[in-house]
Amino acid sequence: TPCNCPPRAATTASLPQHGDRGFPFAAAAAAGQAPPRPRPAAAMQFMLLFSRQGKLRLQKWYVPLSDKEKKKITRELVQTVLARKPKMCSFLEWRDLKIVYKRYASLYFCCAIEDQDNELITLEIIHRYVELLDKYFGSVCELDIIFNFEKAYFILDEFLLGGEVQETSKKNVLKAIEQADLLSVLSNIKS
Amino acid sequence: MWGFLPIGKQAISSAAGTSGVSSSKSKEAEIKRINKELANIRSKFKGDKALDGYSKKKYVCKLLFIFLLGHDIDFGHMEAVNLLSSNRYTEKQIGYLFISVLVNSNSELIRLINNAIKNDLASRNPTFMGLALHCIASVGSREMAEAFAGEIPKVLVAGYVDTMDSVKQSAALCLLRLYRTSPDLVPMGDWTSRVVHLLNDQHLGVVTAATSLITTLAQKNPEEFKTSVSLAVSRLSRIVTSASTDLQDYTYYFVPAPWLSVKLLRLLQCYPPPDPAVRGRLTECLETILNKAQEPPKSKKVQHSNAKNAVLFEAISLIIHHDSEPNLLVRACNQLGQFLQHRETNLRYLALESMCTLASSEFSHEAVKTHIETVINALKTERDVSVRQRAVDLLYAMCDRSNAPQIVAEMLSYLETADYSIREEIVLKVAILAEKYAVDYTWYVDTILNLIRIAGDYVSEEVWYRVIQIVINRDDVQGYAAKTVFEALQAPACHENLVKVGGYILGEFGNLIAGDPRSSPLIQFHLLHSKFHLCSVPTRALLLSTYIKFVNLFPEVKPTIQDVLRSDSQLRNADVELQQRAVEYLRLSTVASTDILATVLEEMPPFPERESSILAKLKKKKGPSTVTDLEDTKRDRSVDVNGGPEPAPASTSAVSTPSPSADLLGLGAAPPAPTGPPPSSSGSGLLVDVFSDSASVVAPLAPGSEDNFARFVCKNNGVLFENQLLQIGLKSEFRQNLGRMFIFYGNKTSTQFLNFTPTLICSDDLQPNILGFITKPVDPTVEGGAQVQQVVNIECVSDFTEAPVLNIQFRYGGTFQNVSVQLPITLNKFFQPTEMASQDFFQRWKQLSNPQQEVQNIFKAKHPMDTEVTKAKIIGFGSALLEEVDPNPANFVGAGIIHTKTTQIGCLLRLEPNLQAQMYRLTLRTSKEAVSQRLCELLSAQF
Repeated sequence: TPCNCPPRAATTASLPQHGDRGFPFAAAAAAGQAPPRPRPAAAMQFMLLFSRQGKLRLQKWYVPLSDKEKKKITRELVQTVLARKPKMCSFLEWRDLKIVYKRYASLYFCCAIEDQDNELITLEIIHRYVELLDKYFGSVCELDIIFNFEKAYFILDEFLLGGEVQETSKKNVLKAIEQADLLSVLSNIKS
Repeated sequence: MWGFLPIGKQAISSAAGTSGVSSSKSKEAEIKRINKELANIRSKFKGDKALDGYSKKKYVCKLLFIFLLGHDIDFGHMEAVNLLSSNRYTEKQIGYLFISVLVNSNSELIRLINNAIKNDLASRNPTFMGLALHCIASVGSREMAEAFAGEIPKVLVAGYVDTMDSVKQSAALCLLRLYRTSPDLVPMGDWTSRVVHLLNDQHLGVVTAATSLITTLAQKNPEEFKTSVSLAVSRLSRIVTSASTDLQDYTYYFVPAPWLSVKLLRLLQCYPPPDPAVRGRLTECLETILNKAQEPPKSKKVQHSNAKNAVLFEAISLIIHHDSEPNLLVRACNQLGQFLQHRETNLRYLALESMCTLASSEFSHEAVKTHIETVINALKTERDVSVRQRAVDLLYAMCDRSNAPQIVAEMLSYLETADYSIREEIVLKVAILAEKYAVDYTWYVDTILNLIRIAGDYVSEEVWYRVIQIVINRDDVQGYAAKTVFEALQAPACHENLVKVGGYILGEFGNLIAGDPRSSPLIQFHLLHSKFHLCSVPTRALLLSTYIKFVNLFPEVKPTIQDVLRSDSQLRNADVELQQRAVEYLRLSTVASTDILATVLEEMPPFPERESSILAKLKKKKGPSTVTDLEDTKRDRSVDVNGGPEPAPASTSAVSTPSPSADLLGLGAAPPAPTGPPPSSSGSGLLVDVFSDSASVVAPLAPGSEDNFARFVCKNNGVLFENQLLQIGLKSEFRQNLGRMFIFYGNKTSTQFLNFTPTLICSDDLQPNILGFITKPVDPTVEGGAQVQQVVNIECVSDFTEAPVLNIQFRYGGTFQNVSVQLPITLNKFFQPTEMASQDFFQRWKQLSNPQQEVQNIFKAKHPMDTEVTKAKIIGFGSALLEEVDPNPANFVGAGIIHTKTTQIGCLLRLEPNLQAQMYRLTLRTSKEAVSQRLCELLSAQF
C-alpha cells in the first residue's frame, strides 16, 4: 500500500470471516426494519379462578390496578372465557395481553401474560398449581378453595411471587406450607 | 354463613366433567346476609371490649372472605395491620394476606405496614422474613420501594441466609417487583455481580428465581450483566443434557426443569449471539432441544408434551432473535411445519404464531412459504376463530411478490365467511398486500372493488381513499378503473363505498369510457344518480361534485345535470352542505365560461406519496411490531403539492399539472383541453413546485460553490454564497431523517431586488430519494440592505448522492440575475451517533464483511493533520467518535446510523492517519454499498 498504515490483521483481534452473515441488527437494518427490541421479561399480570357460573373464586393481581379496573377486567374476561367452546385452543388475545386458561371440573383457571410470554409454560404453571392444591387438600374441589381460600393463597405465594415462578418443586412448596401449618398449630397451643 | 354458595364438589383434578352443583338462592338473600355479618364485625371492632388476637384474626379473615365473594370492604385495615405485629404466626399470616389482597395506598397505614415489615425482615426468622417479602412482592408500591429497595439486595446476597434458600428466592423476586414499579429506586452495586453468580447455585429454585431477576435487570443494564450469558448457557447445557431423573423434583413429567429452561432461553434473548466459544455450546443446546422434539414422547400425558414444547418454542424464539444460524432457522421452520398439522389445537395455534416471526427472516422466509397450502387449509377448516386469526397473520407475513395473487385470492374468499370480529383487519391486510405487490394495477383495482363488494361495511375510509389516490397517481390504470367501477355499479344493490369510489373515479376519468355508447355520459350520469337517493349525506355531497365535473367533461349532459341541481330536493335540501353545493354548482355551471370551468374542474393533481394510511391504520390496530416488515411504501411522486391524504371533493386547485390522458380503451372522447395558467405565473402556488421542469432557465452552478459545499459537510451554519450583490447564509438542523434549513438572503446593495424568486431543484436521480420543499415564498421585493429568510423542509427518503440546487432569479437595476448554488444537504446529515463498546464495534465490523459493504480510500492530507481537528470533524460529520475502541490510539473510529424514511443504515468508519507519509486511510463499512461509497467520498474531502 502507498500508506504505511498497519495491516488490518494486526490491529483487530477479530478479523472478518467469510460466511459470517451478520447479526440481526445489521440484517434488520439492511432490510429496512427497526432493530428488534429486546423482549421484556415475562411476568404474569394476574391469575383468576372462577366457576362455570362465573363466580370469582380467587384473584391474584401482579400489576397495580384500581378496584374498578379489576372488576371490569374480571367481568369481561369471565364472559369471554365462558363463551368459548370446549375444544378451542387455550390461548386468546385479549386487549394487548394473552390469556391462557384451562378448565378443571367446575373451575376455570385463567392467567394473563404479556405478548412475548410463553403460553405453554403458563399452561403448565396452572397445572402445577392444581397439582399443589390437589396434593395439599387431597382431591381438591371448588369447595376447598372457597372455604380455605387463605391456604390457596399461601400455596400460590410459595409457587408464584410477583408474577414469576419462585419454586417449581412440588416437595419444596408443600414443605414450606406444612412448616407454616405446624407453626400455626404450635402458636395456637402456646396461647 | 357459607350455606348459600353455588359450588362444585367434584375434585378439580379429575378429568373435566360435569358442572358444579348450583344451589344459589336469590342475590338479595346473599346481600342481606352479608350486610348483617358486616354490621356484626363492625360492631366487634368498634366495641368497648378490646378484641383478643384470635377474634381479630377471625373477623379479618371473614372480611377477606366477603371481599372474595365480590363485596366491597371499607374497614378492617387497621385491625389487619395490628395483626402484623402479633407474635402468633397464624395471626401475622392472616394480617399479611389481608394487606396483600386488599391493599390500597392508604398513606397513614402504609407507614405502619412498612414498620411491621421492617421488623419481620430484621427478625432473621426465615418464616417471618418470607411473609414480609411475599407482602412486598404482592403490593410492590412505590412507598415500599422507597423503604426496602436498598435493604433487599442485602438479604439476597447476605451471608447469614446462606442456608435459607427460600428467603433468597423470595428476595430475588421481591426485588424484581420493586424494580419493575420503581427502577430508579433500586440501586445497582456490588450485589449485582453476586446475583449473576446465583445462576451457578446448587438449588434450582434459587436459580429459577434469580434468572427472572437477572433477565429484567439485564434488559436495562446489558453491560453490567453480560457475564450472565456464559453462565446461562452452561446452566442450560447441563439441564438439556441431563437424564430425566437427575433433577429429581425439578423434572416435570420427564422434562428436566422446563420453567428454568424457558427462563434461561429468555435471558439469552436479551443479548446478541455470544462469542464463538459460548456460541458453539449454545448451538449444541438448541440442537439438542430440536432433536428431542423428534424423539417419541416419554409420556402420553399432555403435560409432558406441553412442557417439552414450551422449551422448544422458547428455543425457537431465541433462534429467531439471533437470526444468524440459517441451519437452525430452517430446522425450526420444519419443526413448526409439523405442528401445523398436529391434533392439538394449542400447538397449531402456536406454530402459526411462531412462524409469523420466522417469515420475516431472510434465511427462513422461503422455508415458511412452502407451508402455504397447509396454512390456507387452516384458514378454511379451523374451528377456532383465534386459530384462523393466526393463519391470516401468517399468510400476511409470508406474502411476497411470488405468492401475492394466491394469498390475496384466498383471503378474499375467506372474507366472505370470516368472523365479524376480524373482518376489518383482513380488509386492511388485503388492501395493503394488493397495493404492495401489484405488478399490474388492474389487478389492484379489481381486488379493492372485490373487497368493497364482499365486505363493504368493513372497508374503512382509508382503504377507499387509497384506491382513489392510486388511480389518480397512475395514469395507466385510469381507463380500466373507470370501466370497472362502471360495470360494478350496474349491480342492483351495491355498497355505498362503491358508489363513493365510482362517483369519484367517473367524475375524474369518466371521459375515458364515454366513447363507448354503452357507457355514454348520459348513461354514466343516470347510473350514478340512480344510487343517489339511497346514499348518506357525505356520499350525496360527493356525487354532486361528480355531477359538476360531468358538466365540465361532457357539455352535452349539462342541461340534464342543471335540471337535477335545480330541483327542490337539491336546492332546498335540509342539509346545509348539500344545499350549498347544489346552489354553488348550479351557479357555476351557468355563469362560468368553458375555460374557467375547465380550470376550476381540472383533473386532480397527483397525490403526494406518504406512508400508506391503511398501513398506519393496521399498525394502530395491531401494534407496530407486526407490520413493520411491509413498511416500504412505494413512492413515485415526491412533491408535496396538497394537504391531506383524502381526495378533495372537487378539484379547485389552481396548481395545474396537465398529464397526458391515457386513452387505454381507445374509447375516444378527448377531454376538453385544459388551459390552466402557466406553471410559474405568480407566487400563488404556495408551495413552490420544486421539481418543475424549469431547469432550462437555471444558471450553471456559481464558481467556488463546490468548495463552499464541502465546508458544510461537517457543519450546519455559515455563509453559503456571496457575490457583490447577494449573500446567502444558512442555518440548518437535522433530526433522524428530517431536516430544516433556514436560508437568509441578504441584499448587499442599496437598491431593491425585484421579482426575487428562489427555487429548489432536484435532479431526476435525486428526486425520489430526497424531498425538499420551501415552506413559504419570499416577498418578491427585497429592499436594499435588507435580509429575508426562507425555510426549507427536508426529508430523506432513501440514500442519495447529489444535492439539491438552489436557483435564485431576480432583477437588479434592470438586469436579470440568475444564481445557482448547491444546497449542502448531504447524506451524513441524517446520521445519528451510536455509542458502543470496543467488542460490539468489532463484532459489527466483522459482520459487515461483504466486499461490497466496505469502501476504502487512501489519500493525501490536504490540511494539517491535527488530532483535535480530526476529532471535531468526525463528530461534525455526525457519527459518534468512539474512544478506546481501536487498539491503535492514533486511529479514529466512529459509528452511527443513517436515518432515511425507508431504512436505517448502520455505518462504521475507521480513519487511520499516517503522519510520516501525510496520508490517511479511510474505511467505511455499512450495509449498503452506495452509502459506504458516498460517505467515504464526503468524509475523504474533509482532511
